[in-house]
Amino acid sequence: MAAASNNQPLLEVRNLRIEFPTRRGTLLAVDDVSFDIAPGEVLGVVGESGAGKSLTGNAIIGLLEPPGRIAAGEIRLEGRRIDNLPYEEMRKIRGAQIGAIFQDPLTSLNPLYSVGRQLVETIQTHLPLSASQAKARAIELLQEVGIPGAEMRIDHYPHQFSGGMRQRVVIALALCAGPRLIVADEPTTALDVSIQAQIIALLKRLCREHGTAVMLVTHDMGVIAETADRVAVMYAGRVAEIGPVREVVKHAKHPYTKGLMGSIPSLGVRTERLTQIDGAMPRLTEIPPGCAFNPRCTSKGQRCLVERPNLMPAGATRAACWLHDSGGVGAPILKETIDA
Amino acid sequence: MPDGGADFVRIEGLKRYFDVSAPWLVRKLEGRPRQVVQAVDGIDIEIAKGETFSLVGESGCGKSTVARLVVGLYPPTAGRIEFDGNDMAGRHSRSDMAALRRRMQMIFQDPFASLNPRWRVFDIIAEPIRAFGLSTGKADLEARVAALLRQVKLNPADGRKYPHEFSGGQRQRISIARALASEPEFLVCDEPTSALDVSVQAQILNLMVDLQRRLQLTYLFISHNLAVVYHISTRVGVMYLGRLVEVAPTDTLFRRPKHPYTRMLLDTIPDLEMTGRQRSPVGGEVPSPINPPSGCSFHPRCPFANDRCKAERPKALPIEGGTVACHAIEEGRLPVEDRTYALNT
Repeated sequence: MAAASNNQPLLEVRNLRIEFPTRRGTLLAVDDVSFDIAPGEVLGVVGESGAGKSLTGNAIIGLLEPPGRIAAGEIRLEGRRIDNLPYEEMRKIRGAQIGAIFQDPLTSLNPLYSVGRQLVETIQTHLPLSASQAKARAIELLQEVGIPGAEMRIDHYPHQFSGGMRQRVVIALALCAGPRLIVADEPTTALDVSIQAQIIALLKRLCREHGTAVMLVTHDMGVIAETADRVAVMYAGRVAEIGPVREVVKHAKHPYTKGLMGSIPSLGVRTERLTQIDGAMPRLTEIPPGCAFNPRCTSKGQRCLVERPNLMPAGATRAACWLHDSGGVGAPILKETIDA
Repeated sequence: MPDGGADFVRIEGLKRYFDVSAPWLVRKLEGRPRQVVQAVDGIDIEIAKGETFSLVGESGCGKSTVARLVVGLYPPTAGRIEFDGNDMAGRHSRSDMAALRRRMQMIFQDPFASLNPRWRVFDIIAEPIRAFGLSTGKADLEARVAALLRQVKLNPADGRKYPHEFSGGQRQRISIARALASEPEFLVCDEPTSALDVSVQAQILNLMVDLQRRLQLTYLFISHNLAVVYHISTRVGVMYLGRLVEVAPTDTLFRRPKHPYTRMLLDTIPDLEMTGRQRSPVGGEVPSPINPPSGCSFHPRCPFANDRCKAERPKALPIEGGTVACHAIEEGRLPVEDRTYALNT
């Protein structure tokens, strides 16, 4: 973070809160989430399904689906507040300054238009180019994302591409206007491992060459480990731990991150049993008081049951856990009550 | 291998082709040929009692088709499947066949689609017990279902609920309880954890290992996740376009991989140990199984392919306790090297 202290962060998310009003009350899906992304940095956001990672990404690109809404907090892109912009204003920023890549490449492309037409449309929306210039740029982009025979492939339709090739087209679409930030939501989840490696390598190369920052949302710790500079671990709508990727992977400070890392089967050692975190992430309607992780935590104390921890310095990372507070976790909880 | 004697499950020359041609009239009018997908194209597997045999491969390689063939959800196009010495395609009386079927069960990938949403969990788990007539009465049935639920770490009171009231991991536990209901000896698990989050995946894998030990189960485990396969298997078979390219004991496969495709797959495992190893992205994608490449089906993506690989289909060759189907290995063109993985500290 030392490098980012001089120049302003590209993206600032401050105390973001996303709510879903329902008939039975308001659900808090993202609760007080803050982080920065520096120019050219790759921030990984991991968490299990329902942790709020995709919602955070969608809020940044202004595509939160109603009835979900930003209830509090700010999102700033290069210092400019973007969370409260009118729809038309946000449309100009989306695509031009923030690109988006989604999980399923088939549903993010229009099956009725050739990929060339979709690329040219996006380019002309954001850049003042003529039709032929836009087409030349589209071919250039397709070549850049590694699609062989781009001049010919540009007239093909999405169904004529394989899954990996479609995801390359989606990346080309995200890059059309040379955005400063790309929000990639599970970009490799729908792909086979061998194709996944190709797409990750491509994303990394493009970010390096263009200096584009990436917010990489995924549940796959392996992808984060080799792609991200920093990682934010989300649990039940909050950031449980955030820090340099090496530190979080190797020396996790939050019990949830530790359990998460231990539950991934490793090729280094073959153990009889995997470390497991018992239980499951609470539903949004049933988030317990105190630390949201406390029902599954093995190091909890009395304080964790009542008081909610915020992010605090913990070694080289920051973790939301009372273990790292001078006050500690409080009085121990009797073993019998844990078992029950 | 446990038991050492006769193989518990033996699969020989198993083939399954799917006709995906256009309708007859369209073919005749437009002069189009028949099209056949060779989903499984001649594979041999032997599984010993008590072991976990895993099949890995990318989507479309035919691993799920093998699972479905083994439990009899598809009839094979050719080849034979023997279960504990009984030819599954042979002539059996209805009751003999039911007795055989009771001994094998399947766990599916998607716990959201594999449970009937209109049935209570009790009825879902009781169905195999009723179908095979295993219980002596209502009280016995209830006791059995309660025991099954406890076995998969659920509460017997959960039997009154419907599947939608459970999370993905809990639903997969219900699927496992249902599979165990008929007291099977052989379980075919088709990607049982790939729809689950990692922490839940660990719970389910641990449960499967515990159950295997307690009930002496034999598993055929289908997965595309190599780390999971490494963790759970005794032996592993690697599939590519409907064929087995390599079979080996787990440690041998991961420490001394032989087939170029196996090596490629191992290279694509994300590096969690942060050794700085770069994943080497392999060029190309899996070709269509409608027109598989001639000779060795991996030759278009293989850096070691020569003219023989393009023309001649390699045979499975015994090597280091397993088999490998590769001309380059057979001819000694491709040396076998040891691999090491960073230890998790």
